[in-house]
Amino acid sequence: MTADLPCQELVELVTDYLDGALAPELVARIDAHLVDCPGCHSFLDQMRATLRLLGRLPADEVEQMPAAMRAALLEAYRST
Amino acid sequence: MARVTGGWSGTESELVAALRNRDDDAFRHLVEQYHGPLLRLALGYVPSRAVAEEVVQDTFLAVFRGIDAFEGRSSLKTWIYRILLNIARTRGVREQRSIPFASVARVEPGEERAVDPDRFQTEHDRWPQHWTSFPFAWEHLPEERLLAAETIDVIRAALDRLPAAQREVLVLRDVLGVSSPEICNALAISETNQRVLLHRARAKLRAALEAHFATESVA
Ligand SMILES: [Zn+2]
Repeated sequence: MTADLPCQELVELVTDYLDGALAPELVARIDAHLVDCPGCHSFLDQMRATLRLLGRLPADEVEQMPAAMRAALLEAYRST
Repeated sequence: MARVTGGWSGTESELVAALRNRDDDAFRHLVEQYHGPLLRLALGYVPSRAVAEEVVQDTFLAVFRGIDAFEGRSSLKTWIYRILLNIARTRGVREQRSIPFASVARVEPGEERAVDPDRFQTEHDRWPQHWTSFPFAWEHLPEERLLAAETIDVIRAALDRLPAAQREVLVLRDVLGVSSPEICNALAISETNQRVLLHRARAKLRAALEAHFATESVA
């Protein structure tokens, strides 16, 4: 069962877990909990989905530098 | 030596040398590669897009002036982000949008939970500290719902509500893809602090997305 690592503690460990920053023993306890607990499993997948959505943000914000700014910068670049 | 991506075929040290020589290709690469990310970072500190553009412009000017003195102790990317953050924070203080440099990159004291404590059972319940009800399973929604314009708006609004230190780490790491050691270097924080800030920020974004999709599905 999941009593040895409660859900409320597990959710605080997810970033460390994804970063590979936890001791193998704790990783094993988390993995065992995830098998039994749909809530924490969902939470982990949602953190992953959140990262995926954040990673796609710049794609719709790729913007050209205004031409006037680019020209001013190029002039400064050549003359400094 | 690390290869530089995005239109520049040489190494980073060759790019630095080319910038010192005022090479046109190096200029083009720098402007095209960094304008978007720098603008996104700057927008977290200043009240308007116009001011953010000025911050980015000042950053490029500082890079041109400083490139001769760049010693390569950090990567070029880290060095440029650090210049932007310094300018943006100074400007943000003046525009009363941000807090002073020294108080930004630290972990705020006090317990901050990744999930609202009300979502868990109490000691009087059958399974203390276990979910009372599972999170709304929005991760299984179809891709077009996840990537809808409203979702992007929810993410932007949630980003705006984050404390500066959390937003900074989240944007660098999860939006711009800067590596964890580079972030620690640029912000002068420990790996542990970085992960605490990142976890709090990600948890808030997740909660905002859950609230959004749960409401949308009821409506
Ligand atoms: Zn659980």
